[in-house]
Amino acid sequence: MTDRNMAKAARLKQRYAAEARFKLYGKLAIAAALSAVFFLLYTIFTAGYSAFWRTQIQSEVTLDANFLKVTPQSSNEELARANYLGLFRKNVVENNPDIKSRSERRDLIQMFSESAETDLRDLVLSDPSLLGTTQKLWFLASSPVDTIVKGAAPRDIEEERRVVSNLQLRLLDQWTAEGRVGSTFNINFFTRGDSRNPELAGLAGALAGSFWALLVCFVISFPMGIAAAIYLEEFAPKNRITEIIEVNINNLAAVPSIIFGLLGLAVILNFFGVPRSTPLAGGIVLSLMTLPTIIIACRAALKAVPPSIRQGALAMGASPMQVVLHHVLPLALPGTLTGTIIGLAQALGETAPLLMIGMFAFVVDIPTSPLESAAALPVQVYLWAESSERGFVELTAAAIMVILVFLVLMNLLAVIFRKKFERRW
Amino acid sequence: MFPYLLAAILLISLSGFYLGRKQASNLRSQTKLHSLPQYHGYFIALWCGIPTILLILLWTALEPILLGSLIRSHLESQSGGLTPTDYVIMTEEVRNLAAGVALGTQDPLILETAEWMRSLQQSSQWSMVVVTILLAMLIMAFTRSKVAPGFKARHGVELLFNGFLFISSTIAILTTIGIVLSLIFETFRFFELVPITEFLFGLKWYPQIAIRADQVAGDGAWGAIPVFSGTLLISFVAMIVAGPIGLMSAIYFSEYASPKMRGWTKPILEILAGIPTVVYGFFAALTLAPLVRDGGIAIGLDVEARSALAAGLVMGVMIIPFISSLSDDVINAVPQTLRDGSYAMGATKSETIRQVIIPAALPGIVGAFLLAISRAIGETMIVAMAAGLNANLTANPLENVTTVTVQIVVALIGDQEFDDPKTLSAFALGLVLFVVTLILNVVALAIVKKYREKYD
Repeated sequence: MTDRNMAKAARLKQRYAAEARFKLYGKLAIAAALSAVFFLLYTIFTAGYSAFWRTQIQSEVTLDANFLKVTPQSSNEELARANYLGLFRKNVVENNPDIKSRSERRDLIQMFSESAETDLRDLVLSDPSLLGTTQKLWFLASSPVDTIVKGAAPRDIEEERRVVSNLQLRLLDQWTAEGRVGSTFNINFFTRGDSRNPELAGLAGALAGSFWALLVCFVISFPMGIAAAIYLEEFAPKNRITEIIEVNINNLAAVPSIIFGLLGLAVILNFFGVPRSTPLAGGIVLSLMTLPTIIIACRAALKAVPPSIRQGALAMGASPMQVVLHHVLPLALPGTLTGTIIGLAQALGETAPLLMIGMFAFVVDIPTSPLESAAALPVQVYLWAESSERGFVELTAAAIMVILVFLVLMNLLAVIFRKKFERRW
Repeated sequence: MFPYLLAAILLISLSGFYLGRKQASNLRSQTKLHSLPQYHGYFIALWCGIPTILLILLWTALEPILLGSLIRSHLESQSGGLTPTDYVIMTEEVRNLAAGVALGTQDPLILETAEWMRSLQQSSQWSMVVVTILLAMLIMAFTRSKVAPGFKARHGVELLFNGFLFISSTIAILTTIGIVLSLIFETFRFFELVPITEFLFGLKWYPQIAIRADQVAGDGAWGAIPVFSGTLLISFVAMIVAGPIGLMSAIYFSEYASPKMRGWTKPILEILAGIPTVVYGFFAALTLAPLVRDGGIAIGLDVEARSALAAGLVMGVMIIPFISSLSDDVINAVPQTLRDGSYAMGATKSETIRQVIIPAALPGIVGAFLLAISRAIGETMIVAMAAGLNANLTANPLENVTTVTVQIVVALIGDQEFDDPKTLSAFALGLVLFVVTLILNVVALAIVKKYREKYD
């Protein structure tokens, strides 16, 4: 073999090595991106799954009618007004006679959630004949106790840095040994509004807020988007104005979402006077953001309808408007709906513009119309993530899981729609 | 009242439709009609409904304004010698009282005026009901009299519909105009309080809340350079992450990957694009920021808790699918003949990619990167949750910096006073953000469009 050939072979080897390296870089890039997806989802899941159950503690309570100053014959109103919080505290203190000092008693009572009061009231209201009896009842543990039981907060550190006191820890271990510490499905998370107490905070208010906002968004953007798409695709003369509108729609789709929030604040709230913090205002802002998505999707769907359909209808004597409304639009509707669902899914995850128009109201009651103050799902995530209490971390992650489930469902729906109704010509 | 009135109007329109259609189909049995019977019905229904509903909306919008000025002049005539601010406060009290909010005011003038206002509101409401219903009936009678064989009802209906289509298509333009006007208007008010040179060239950003009423703008510092630099720093970190990963994965997808692998990895990658940004923010604040800090400390670096690095890394992950799918499109648009030519000259695949495909696709890739940068600059939630709040002029990604979007959120979350430079500064920053992202988008789209035309 000559030198020249050897040099050639060496160079070829080098080139193949470079080829392999280049291919490896590509694989590494994809692996990095995929591992980011899995790491993200894994973090959310591990941080959030524990929020779906809550620690509860069993405690004996004597429903002392004398203490409550009621009788089984009292009216519901009187029963509802009685001092159940006092009764609960008295019982808890009496159950633990060895705890004497004021501060220790406070520690003891603070192991239970504030909901003990309403639990007792609801129990007596549902069955007044229980008055005077002693019941073994399960009460929700307070959030610090809950985080210790779940291992979300460290327990083997000095008292000052731990979320519960030494006494509380000792009692917790003692009760666990007695089998009085259990867990239950966290129904509050799905039925209640926001709360300052992590163990009582729920997502129902934010779910309702997001629902109303998306409904308003859909009602505005769906007909308007279709109408705009029909005009631009079927009727608009090819002139300067049409061109400006088209460029505009494309640019609008790329405007940062927070700018829409500023628009909503300056124009929709301050100029048009739509009430602040309401899903109505949020929905209007979201509809402006969703509109370009729907217009683009609907135009693509209209474009895909073959001209023969239009020509056939025209030949039968239909007017241009009849051609579009009776023949072209129905064929383009599945594609439009797919685009709309994807647009709504984006709107569901949108946070920044809703922050600008104040959709972060702390509402305990669940909004029943788009005119009541509310928070939206992603805004609730932001609020919980920003609060310092440890108990909110798992709630934040759980709320994210709920959002992701909704996003997956919506995208699945879009895919099914496309698969089922898409027609190729 | 309002829903009932709307229902009544709808009912009238509906009956107009049926009556008109009936009338027209009766005619049709005798002669030939220009328009089908239902178009006569639609014509009547639309003309009954649309003007009256517009009137109702106009009425409800104007009523508070008119009543307010009436009340104001009444108060002024009844009590003399008060400042304009007093009248504004009094009018507001009257309004609240009339709306049923108990304020505990004992002033007989206000109580009496509130009573008067309530009666005015009542009569206004009732006259609105009477006027609109009468109007709807009148229009129905008039339009019904027009039903005739030669009447071009379909043209009328289609004209109205065409109008609706056109108005809908202008919403996009109106939105843009609304954005521009509101940003410019508030920004001008900001520059009345703060000199524009300070905003654009100042090196210190201390937005202060006006705690006292007499506090002046000079108490804060409004130099936005550190805010801009922070935005650029975080975007830079994000592009360092997303640029290579996004581009390399796009190359792999379009040139190497088997259809099967592409089929399952691409959708997973696209999940990243669908995840709401608030989720990334939570991830950055909860997991990555502590990880970056601990990692930095382990190798002896001083990393702050809300470092630009952590926020930038997460933002980079968010942008990966953006760059990858845009570049993928661009690379796929490179004609196969270029590849074949290169292979025929004996080039390996990677040589072809590096020396033929990338140069050919470069304009498109640049466009994709510009769009990604514009996304990074405008991103809000990740930085709001993981980046700093205090402006810090530095190029060190281990320190905490703030961004334009974070400052907008900080200025507008909570109470807003529209004569306070802090609130108005958000609009000035918003205007800068809007202009910069718009320029990036326009340039990027122009480049991509030109590139597409080259190979079409």
